[in-house]
Amino acid sequence: MPTAIEFSHVTRRFGDVTAVDDLTLTAPEGSITVLLGPNGAGKTTTVRLTTGALSTNGGTVRVLGKDPATDGDFVRAVSAVVPPKPALYDRLTGWENLRFAADIFGADHAAIGPAAERFGIDHALDLNVGGYSTGMRTRLALARAVLHDPQVLLLDEPTAGLDPESARAVLNLIRELAGRGRTIVLCTHLLHEAEGIADQVVLMGAGRAQIAGSQSDLAARFVTNPSVILDAEDRTMLAEVATHDHVVSAEWNGSVHVRLTHLDNLPDLVADLVAAGVRLTRVEPDNPTLETLYFEMQRALGDRA
Amino acid sequence: MTVARIDLRRLFKSKDYWIPMGFLAAVFFVIIPFGLLTVVTSTTSNDLVNKIGEVIQTLPGPVQQNVEGVGPQAQGAYMLAVYLLAPVAIVVPLTISSAVGAHAIVGERERGTGEFLAHSPLTIREIFFGKMLASVVPGFMATGVGFSVYSLLVNVKVGPLIGGWFFPTAGWWILIIWVVPPFIAVALSVILWVSSKVRSTAAAQQAATLVSLPVIMAAYAVSSGLLINPVLAALGVGVFAWILAILGLLSGSRALSRESLLGFGGDG
Repeated sequence: MPTAIEFSHVTRRFGDVTAVDDLTLTAPEGSITVLLGPNGAGKTTTVRLTTGALSTNGGTVRVLGKDPATDGDFVRAVSAVVPPKPALYDRLTGWENLRFAADIFGADHAAIGPAAERFGIDHALDLNVGGYSTGMRTRLALARAVLHDPQVLLLDEPTAGLDPESARAVLNLIRELAGRGRTIVLCTHLLHEAEGIADQVVLMGAGRAQIAGSQSDLAARFVTNPSVILDAEDRTMLAEVATHDHVVSAEWNGSVHVRLTHLDNLPDLVADLVAAGVRLTRVEPDNPTLETLYFEMQRALGDRA
Repeated sequence: MTVARIDLRRLFKSKDYWIPMGFLAAVFFVIIPFGLLTVVTSTTSNDLVNKIGEVIQTLPGPVQQNVEGVGPQAQGAYMLAVYLLAPVAIVVPLTISSAVGAHAIVGERERGTGEFLAHSPLTIREIFFGKMLASVVPGFMATGVGFSVYSLLVNVKVGPLIGGWFFPTAGWWILIIWVVPPFIAVALSVILWVSSKVRSTAAAQQAATLVSLPVIMAAYAVSSGLLINPVLAALGVGVFAWILAILGLLSGSRALSRESLLGFGGDG
């Protein structure tokens, strides 16, 4: 898959503070990349460097093969950014805000209505944005971001402070645009929201991409003892499962959560249990959540340091 | 044009801006002239009339020729209408435009909308000149409307005393069309430069006041002189002011950057 966004040893300083430090990462076209990390990790600066709104102090950035420093007009015309604060004009109506964006990005005014409808904000387009709720403002910002059908969409904490409906609208947008071959970068520290949508997870810290990979790759790398959920018609027969050679530990939580020495040992465990007369009703991989993964990665980084 | 249009739209919807500015224009273009002209044209005090006559005797010959053959009251009213109040034409648009210009860029940062502009495909020059235009237009609109009302007022009150409508004079036309615009552009280029550097609207307004005052004083002095000897001097001053304005605008536009729209002031 061709690369949509490429950072190569990029550094950006603000006075004595290094916000992005020798950052190297790539986002393939049509992929969803989730940048995870605490506040100050360099996520927002990375977004700003992507469009050329900020310049680098070193390294190279390429977006769809273009350098934002020299071809910024192209990069910004095919990108859209949804910042943490929606950046709307309060004294203007929703429609006026969208028309302004359409004019700037060369989008057809006819796109305004459908975009607003898509995010459920069409009923409020005649109202001044100053009277909008937080959720309405974010919905309008999302509608504004898709007016020109951007090839690259950069979402910087777009769901912060949102109601569940609005947050779902964001996630649906991400899935739909990625399905149409658009490249998405989502910055967040709300791990549950990024769960299951990321093609690539990048853990950022101190301005660097500390760890990157797909959720399953990272799980394989950082979760050393995979977990499975077992249940049986007679649960008491699972009482001794923790003593099995391939089992590291077992926790009772309604069913039994068993940590194995290796996932390849699961068939042996199941065979032994069946041979012992246990009638299993459930054997299911217990995939680590992004949250589990995040803290495992942080722990690994801490150990490395 | 898109930036200018949206800024003007926002301004039009901001009553807290245009009501005080409208009042300012009314004070300078209508209330003060009406009061002064009423006093001069209706006074019965011989003392006052004599003093006006003495003042007129001190003015240059060409000025005195304009009021030959009419009485002291008419002469006083004419002088007041054409020469004393003329420089007001530059005070009003400058005040109004600088009030808009002061927060044109720093306001984008404060609202967070600078982030949207910074990520947009608009060039920095488009943003700067959009802001410039949005700052100039309200001042010129106030001048146009105020100038028209002032002309009507002067002609109605003073015209009958000197034998007909006489205003605007040639000097006024040159002042309004040729001299005032570059002075406003000079002031705005500095104010927008300041607005792109400072951290708050309050700081920008203070800086704008400091910048506007000397420009207003210079413009006041220049315009007063020009009305007395209008054509050649006005053309010369206009050319000089336009060159200064163009240099100021080019330099001002270079001070703005996407980083300053984000609030980083272009450093680092």
